[in-house]
Formats: sequence, structure tokens, C-alpha cells
Amino acid sequence: MSKTQFPPSITSRPVYGELEARSGSGHLMIADAEGAEAILDLAKSVDKAFWAKAHIIYIPKTTGTAYSSQLEELGAGQFYAGPSYEAAQSRIRRALQDCHMGTQVYLSGTEGLMGQAMAEATAAGIPHTAIQTEHRGSTARRMQCVHCKGITEDVTTDPFECSHCGLSLFVRDHYSRRLAAFQGVRVDAEDPGNIPEKVELFK
Amino acid sequence: MSAGTAKLNVTVAEVKPVNDLVTRFKFVRTGGGDLPTFSGGAHTVVEMQDGDITRLNAYSLMSNPADRGAYTISVRRDDQGRGGSRFMHGRVKEGMEMVISNPVNLFSLDLRAKKHLMLAGGIGITPFMAQMHQLAMMGGHFELHYAVRTASLGTYAKELSERYPGKVHIYHDDQNEAIDLKTLLANQPLGTHVYVCGPKGMINWVHSTAGEMGWPREAVHSEEFLAPASGKPFEVKCAVSNKIVQVGEHQSLLEALEAAGIDAPYLCRGGACGQCETNVIGYDGKFLHYDHWLTDEQKAGGKHIMPCVSRFEGKTLVLDR
Repeated sequence: MSKTQFPPSITSRPVYGELEARSGSGHLMIADAEGAEAILDLAKSVDKAFWAKAHIIYIPKTTGTAYSSQLEELGAGQFYAGPSYEAAQSRIRRALQDCHMGTQVYLSGTEGLMGQAMAEATAAGIPHTAIQTEHRGSTARRMQCVHCKGITEDVTTDPFECSHCGLSLFVRDHYSRRLAAFQGVRVDAEDPGNIPEKVELFK
Repeated sequence: MSAGTAKLNVTVAEVKPVNDLVTRFKFVRTGGGDLPTFSGGAHTVVEMQDGDITRLNAYSLMSNPADRGAYTISVRRDDQGRGGSRFMHGRVKEGMEMVISNPVNLFSLDLRAKKHLMLAGGIGITPFMAQMHQLAMMGGHFELHYAVRTASLGTYAKELSERYPGKVHIYHDDQNEAIDLKTLLANQPLGTHVYVCGPKGMINWVHSTAGEMGWPREAVHSEEFLAPASGKPFEVKCAVSNKIVQVGEHQSLLEALEAAGIDAPYLCRGGACGQCETNVIGYDGKFLHYDHWLTDEQKAGGKHIMPCVSRFEGKTLVLDR
């Protein structure tokens, strides 16, 4: 899938770049779905020695084995493919715990994956500005309901119904790095029942 | 005047030679009372009345930030310098009244760090002393690597080793001991921040080595105050105050502005903080930029100068002051 050009937004909205190989004592790569393409593109410019120090954590989502076999062939020192972010989380935490300063972190794929992995990496002590990101694949958003605090994954419409409390929520660009989620605010707070028609904003 | 930093009237409570080069000074508030609190890494600008010259030098506060009863600084004598440190060593006596600035911190700890790795060279130890007081109080995780010329010139090396057993590592130049920076940096846990204060070469070495090893720029901190460079005398036209000012051979542009009664802000007087940045209205000649505040692009652009350390050679220079 081609790279998405996000329209200009408020300053809290994350912006993503393009992964590039940087020198470091290790390379931790975390990706989901089409995010694999960013790693495969980066692979064109690096040698074997790079992969010896690399650890790839990959969540294929709906892509099956299309990408995971290609990633595995890169020959990373460690390779893991798992069914969900939740399943991979303990491995991500352990990898961050074990590595030293100088480790480079590369995140690619959906905003939900990159945001959550970045929250883990910053909690482990890496400044967020030092973490590389590249968006690939779905633009669906991870949203937090500001009313019940529940998080709904893969939101594609605006408004959307909170999967926890059922309120219709307006999709804001306001982003929380701590929660790795955009903020959803009740769309009919001032005029209960007046809910605009759903528009599919994200794919 | 110093921007935003009220002056403090202090009395010298103690003058104590530490070794052949370094003397320690303790200041208490004149008339009694507490001094403002500060954080580890802060400095104060000490005013010295040397005849009709007012010398202003920045020195790191080395005392416990929690102790508001007194401030302590250590001054290394520089016989080739412009006279500030010689004044402190030769003329400042116990009981003398002096004026210092409120503390300013351009080298604060990043309290998000999980570990603080401190690298000191020579008199660069002083800001770390206050930082270590602060971290020890907070139960912070830190480690000091301190390079000294000889054991006898290892200012506070013995005291620090005793105060923080296991956390302080001393390296003696005369015994060919050197910090093994690569190994040290390679073994730091994630979330470590490194701080360096010492000679320019040491600071550059740490920045470049850490950069090559993949350390984030934000996790490498340094402080270096520059002494204003001497150079050919030059003339400056100040457009706002409508004055023509002569800058002497051993005088900085900032000092010349102050002597002419022109209001010029400063915080560090060492090319680091950016407070004295001044717009250039016109010039015919070349700038000698010595600061580490302006970007290379700005230095080449000829629109800005840092009067605390930088100079000018040429026919005319018109400043927005």
C-alpha cells in the first residue's frame, strides 16, 4: 500500500517520516501489517552486519504470511511474528529492558501500533524524538473516549460509537502520547440526539 | 543589566584554598536571611569591582541546592586570563561585600532520565557537585567519571569518593589513566542521560562518540562557558541609543556596551545562553563569531552577533541597541 499523505493538523497530531538505517548498538523494529514494507525498503540499503544486531517484532494482522516470510528472510538476529499487539507487548517490554543506550528503535505500520510501541519505548527511557516512524497501511485510528476513558481500536468513521459506553463520539486530531490514542468527544453533548451522519474518513 | 536576574547582596563568609589552582568561596546574604533556592547545575554571575573596571564572571554553584543559608563556588586561577579569576584569588577576602546574580541554570538535570552519567574534566566538576547533592537527596541513580591532571590537582576528588562510595571514578592524567568512553557508553541501560563539563576537547569527544554510537541527541548534555576572546579594538555604532562605542583589545563587546551605559541583557556571559543576541543593522567588515549559540547559517548571515564573546574586524558595525 502506498504511503499516506496526512493533511496538515494541530501540533499534537503525530507526524511520521521514513525509516532510515542509523548506526547503533542494536536495532529494534516493531511493525504491523503493511508496515513490513517500510522495513523491506530499508533493507535495500543495509548489509548483513546490520541484521545481526536487529530484532524484528511483527504483527501481520490481516496480511497473513505475505510479509512475514519476507521479513524472516532478512536474517535478523531475532524474529517474532505474533497475532496481536497485546500478545507482542511482553516481548517488546523485555526487549527494551535488555537493550542498552545506542539501540535504535524503528516503528512502522498503523498509527495504533506505532503509538503504543512508542509509549513503551519512551517509558523505557528513549526520547520520543529519537524514535523513527513510518506510516504504512490502514489509517484507522485508536481512539479514547474522554467520557468513559475506554479505548476503541481501528476506528474508521466520524462520528463513531464508543465500544465501551456507546456514546457517539466526534473524532478529534487531539492526540495523547501517553495513551497512544486520539481523543473522542461526545458529538451531541450540547444537543442530545442530534448526531450527524457517519462519514467513513479512514480506511 | 542581567535580564530577569535580580541582584543579590552577599558577604564573603569563607575563602579557602583547595589546591595550587583552586580556591573556594562561600557567600551568605548580607544582613542575614535565606538565599533563593537553585537546582543542580546552576551558575551565578559574580560582580568584581576592579578599580574602574567591573568584571562579571559566571561560576557554577557547587553547594547543596537544599541549603539556602549559603552559596559556594570554586574558582580556578587562570594566569593567562583577563583578570577575573586573579581578582577572586588575590583580592576577595572574608567579610567583603559583593554583588552576585540570582542563580540561572543552563545545565539542569533531565529528571526524566533513569540514570545520570556524569563526565567531568578539571574544574568542570563544580556543577556536578550540586547535581550529586540533589540526586543523593532524591535517591537518584548516578555515576561520576572525573578526569584530573594529578592527584594533588584533583579538586574535591577525595571528598567525593568518600561521600559517594562506589559511584565516583577518578582518572589521573599523570598516570596515563583515561576514561574508556566507548565501553562506558556501550554499557549504559536505556534511559541514561550523559552530562559533560570540562575542556572543549572533552565536550566534543563525548558528543561525537555518543552520536556515533547511536545515542539520542537529547540524552547528551554539556556546559562550557567561554571566556571572551581578545582581539583588535573596534568601533560600534548603537542605533537605538545613538552612541558610538569603542571596544578595547581585552574588552568584550558586551562589556563595552555596559561601560557606555547601554542596556544589554545577559545571563551567562559565556556564549551559551542566547540572552544577549543582538541584531546587526549594518556592517562593513567581518565577524569573529566565538559563541555556540548561533547556528552556522546565522553566523554566515551577518544579521546577528553575541556581544558577550564575539568580535568584529572592519570599518563599520551598526547594532540594534
